Amino acid sequence: MVNFKINNVEITAEDNTTILQAARKYHIDIPTLCNYPDLSIKSECRVCVVELQGQKKLFTSCSTIAREGMVVNTNSPKVLNARKTILELILANHDANCTACPKNLNCELQTLANKLGIDKNRFPTVLEVKPIDNSNPVLVRNINRCIKCGRCIDVCKNVQSMSVLDIMGRSKDAEITPAFGKYLSDESCTYCGQCSSVCPVGAIIEKDDTDQVWEALNNPNLHVIVQVAPAVRVSLGEELGMGPGSIVTEKIVSALKYLGFDAVYDTDFTADLTIIEEGNELIDRITNGGTLPMMTSCCPGWINFAEQRYPEILDHISSCKSPQQMFGALAKSYYPEKMNMDPSDVFVVSIMPCTAKKYEAQRKEMRIDNVNPDVDVVLTTRELGKMIRQMGINFENIQEVPFDKPFGITTGAAAIFGASGGVMEAALRTVYEVVNKEELVDINFASVRGLEGIKEAEVELGGQKVKVAVAHTLANAKILCEQVKAGTSPYTFIEIMTCPGGCIGGGGQPYGTTTEIREKRIAAIYQVDQDMAIRKSHENPDIKALYDEYLEKPLGQKSHHLLHTHYHSRNK
Amino acid sequence: MILLREILAKYPKEEEYLIEILLEYQTSKKNHYISEKDVNEISKHLDIPESQICSVISFYSLLSMVPKGRYVVQVCHDVPCFVNEAQSIYDKLVEILGIEDGETTEDNLFTLEITECLGCCNEAPAMRINEKVYTGLTPTKVEKLILDLRGEIK
Amino acid sequence: MIEMKVVSKRFGKINPLSIDSYIKSEGYQALEKAVSLHPTKIIEEIEKSKIRGRGGAGFPAHIKVRALSQESGQKFIVCNADEGEPGNFKDRMLMENDPHAILEGMIIIAYATGADRGYIYIRGEYQNAIKIMRATIKSAEENRFLGNNILDRGFNFNIEIRSGAGSYVCGEEFSMIESIEGKPGRSRTKPPFPTEKGIHNKPTLINNVETFANFPHIILNGGAKFAKIGTPSSTGTKLISLSGNVKNKGLYEVPFGTSIRDVIFTLGKGVKNNRAIKMVQLGGASGPIIPEYMLDMSIDFDRFETFDSKTGTGAIIVIDDRFDIFDILLINMKFFVYQSCGKCTPCREGHTQIVNLINKFINHRASEKDLMSLENLANVIQQTSLCGLGQTSMTSIISSLRYFRDDFFAKVRY
Repeated sequence: MVNFKINNVEITAEDNTTILQAARKYHIDIPTLCNYPDLSIKSECRVCVVELQGQKKLFTSCSTIAREGMVVNTNSPKVLNARKTILELILANHDANCTACPKNLNCELQTLANKLGIDKNRFPTVLEVKPIDNSNPVLVRNINRCIKCGRCIDVCKNVQSMSVLDIMGRSKDAEITPAFGKYLSDESCTYCGQCSSVCPVGAIIEKDDTDQVWEALNNPNLHVIVQVAPAVRVSLGEELGMGPGSIVTEKIVSALKYLGFDAVYDTDFTADLTIIEEGNELIDRITNGGTLPMMTSCCPGWINFAEQRYPEILDHISSCKSPQQMFGALAKSYYPEKMNMDPSDVFVVSIMPCTAKKYEAQRKEMRIDNVNPDVDVVLTTRELGKMIRQMGINFENIQEVPFDKPFGITTGAAAIFGASGGVMEAALRTVYEVVNKEELVDINFASVRGLEGIKEAEVELGGQKVKVAVAHTLANAKILCEQVKAGTSPYTFIEIMTCPGGCIGGGGQPYGTTTEIREKRIAAIYQVDQDMAIRKSHENPDIKALYDEYLEKPLGQKSHHLLHTHYHSRNK
Repeated sequence: MILLREILAKYPKEEEYLIEILLEYQTSKKNHYISEKDVNEISKHLDIPESQICSVISFYSLLSMVPKGRYVVQVCHDVPCFVNEAQSIYDKLVEILGIEDGETTEDNLFTLEITECLGCCNEAPAMRINEKVYTGLTPTKVEKLILDLRGEIK
Repeated sequence: MIEMKVVSKRFGKINPLSIDSYIKSEGYQALEKAVSLHPTKIIEEIEKSKIRGRGGAGFPAHIKVRALSQESGQKFIVCNADEGEPGNFKDRMLMENDPHAILEGMIIIAYATGADRGYIYIRGEYQNAIKIMRATIKSAEENRFLGNNILDRGFNFNIEIRSGAGSYVCGEEFSMIESIEGKPGRSRTKPPFPTEKGIHNKPTLINNVETFANFPHIILNGGAKFAKIGTPSSTGTKLISLSGNVKNKGLYEVPFGTSIRDVIFTLGKGVKNNRAIKMVQLGGASGPIIPEYMLDMSIDFDRFETFDSKTGTGAIIVIDDRFDIFDILLINMKFFVYQSCGKCTPCREGHTQIVNLINKFINHRASEKDLMSLENLANVIQQTSLCGLGQTSMTSIISSLRYFRDDFFAKVRY
């Protein structure tokens, strides 16, 4: 234990605690900027400097370990002056046109400048305006806003093992860009959006597609429908000022109707459908000597990763489309038929916790008529939040309304798709009962839940012990892929999610996602599951009806045309 | 002409030799630079991301991803040379080469650069052309040097 | 006779490329003596000598050596031959004129600390020195002063040359370590220090070329004898890189305590064309600029510490009255703009703003507010920068504001 003082307050801390960590435990506020809870300590911005008695230099509290007898001052005139000067320096090399920035009022730099009382800058601007990277359908990079905190590099290199971005050059010419100073492209970036999730300012943001949605909503000739992903129901509340992990499912439906959508549907429905198709595919491969291990396919970031880095194992991946895309395919075939509409009058919007879904929606394979995308626009949780604020909706107090029919009945198995391990658990709940022809007494597979990087479970299927694995983040995916590539994988079925914690930690989720918040969202997802009347996908009567009415049978011809896809190598 | 793969084969397959490899390879090339293709090959060989290699090259001023002239002429302009008429050396070079700091002559023979202290302050002013350092310079000496180099090419 | 040749004793008297020439001149005798002593005895001698690092920081050498000897497992010794500080050429001349002495110093320390691997990090612009050091290592290996079972004492030590690639900041400890690891030279937070976690997070000792060159003398003649030379706080001799507008630019070796004036006028023979001295910059671009009336100051680490700067490289740059303080400051500040690694805010953004402010003074467009801004910014950069570059780059500005304040006021527009 260490005893020392901060601002004359006696502090007791464990060994190897930083001044910042100790201060936070005692609710002493030290401003930070480059610091982020789940990422490495950088001590680059120098905002968190404090004064140590007897020292002329100032020390960064994020990296300085507290020692016995230290006397720390976090607010001396010297410190306050240094902090202000550092902020002014940053602002002098930043595109500070806040009202033209999507992060206005939600920006860490702005908040800090305001907190430090900065209302003018002693330094003239030295910003040399560079072109904006607007070349891909998912992420926009505006380097003129970058404050070189390095969080994006950290998450891309260390959490995702992608290393798309790095810092090029030095001194004032230092810039964070992809290799060769090029623009982000689908040759090297998976569009997972984790960089946009951790960026403190507006330097990397998802492409704003809300204008397209407003246009569609205001077009009287279009029947605009929307699907809501599992993870969004435990996240949108947080985006609109409610606590993290608030379950707001039916508030979302209500808000979307208020925005003017003609019908509001649940992606959970096609998540159930995915389980039927994918479950049968797995059983088929196991029974008939197909390629194993089979790997899930609902995560577009993972698909991008596999196509770029592991094209040799693409035939392991399930041919099932993601729930988003299965919905889109049905929305442009079954749905207009049932509702007596022209497919071209149906406009499909999806609300996703994910940025890579924007890429997935415009893939050539995701057009059942080979011309028009099945999903027209993808909005992130954050973009939907923006639209709801624009309409002045009082979200917290809005009346709750259920999803529309058809596609109305969903299960708990579908809901848990939003958490890492959820797809696996949902699949096992169905596959177990179909293969073993007996009821699964305990439907909770606790060993595949939670935030551990790679999780395992063992299940008995038809008298055989079958091992399965679940990985989240691409760094962990890489480990399992190497095994599959080498032919040494001990697993039969593998679930891969790109984002930490699964979709609830997606690149399009509310800013400020930390481990703590991920845990709250995950807990909420499993609560939703627990509260559902039906917990297994194959018990969903609406799914049974869909097959009876339209699809005929799992893996049948119609399923194949609408609900399955293929992949291709991105290697040149 | 030395191939990149020959140089790669000389070093252990470890990240820590990246700078040595880049320096040796660049020195062997007539136009003193490392291309995208080179970066790609090194990336595959050492199993280092391309972005990281670009980060290294762009950090160090002796490494370049932009082609330069056959002779890279670097004039020191730090204080010990500056107070010893370094400006006149630079001006003379601008005059006879017809280019300014950062530029390359049309015939791709010379690139002119202003550089930092070369550690020859005892014989200031100094300049460096490729690997060689020249000291105790005067505008006349510089002119002769450049003429000699031009003559060598013919 | 104010010169005292210790580490420069052999300059011009031996063939630097001949190990025989070195051995005939007492070469490797210190090593032979060292390996007959217990390693702790060697560290004791270094402590008795009170020798401080010759790379600028002036840190007591025995502390680092003892710290490394107390670590276990893989350890490294690095010779810092990056010499990027403008105005300095002493390390280049040591490498070109007495290269084996540097190796001998490194091998002695390797023996004393248990390190078995060493690097000599030489700036890329010193191609000649790199060639010489490569040949010197080969020749030492052939004569079994390097390699396995050195002098049949059962200890191994191998040295690799690493070339710098044009980055001044790589002369800083952690930036150098990053560079040796094949990465951009961006520093790390301290603590932990290199002797705890350095190259590949293993204990690493980094010392300057001149520091290593001194160790053989300390072992051969004893630490107490070494401590008798110089001043109580700064023992031994210092290589002085004298440049600028003096008549006899060159490398000189004097005991600590010698005055700057003596070096300039007795050894340097005064100013060319007998002009008056406007200012003298000590140490290099990161050193203070002092006026003529301070030249009686003695060369001594403690005296330099009054400038809050690590100025102990021993460079003296004499500037005559043709030049203006701002000419010099502008060059120095542009140097730091170019050399900043870009990692931390005050250094990356601050130096550009300093250059802009200096230009305002040059163009007579500065206000009193700009003067305050300059002073404030210089202090903040010095107080908050991550590494030695930003922590010392403002020394010339701060010393100029103290000793040449009138020059600033003369350019202020009211």
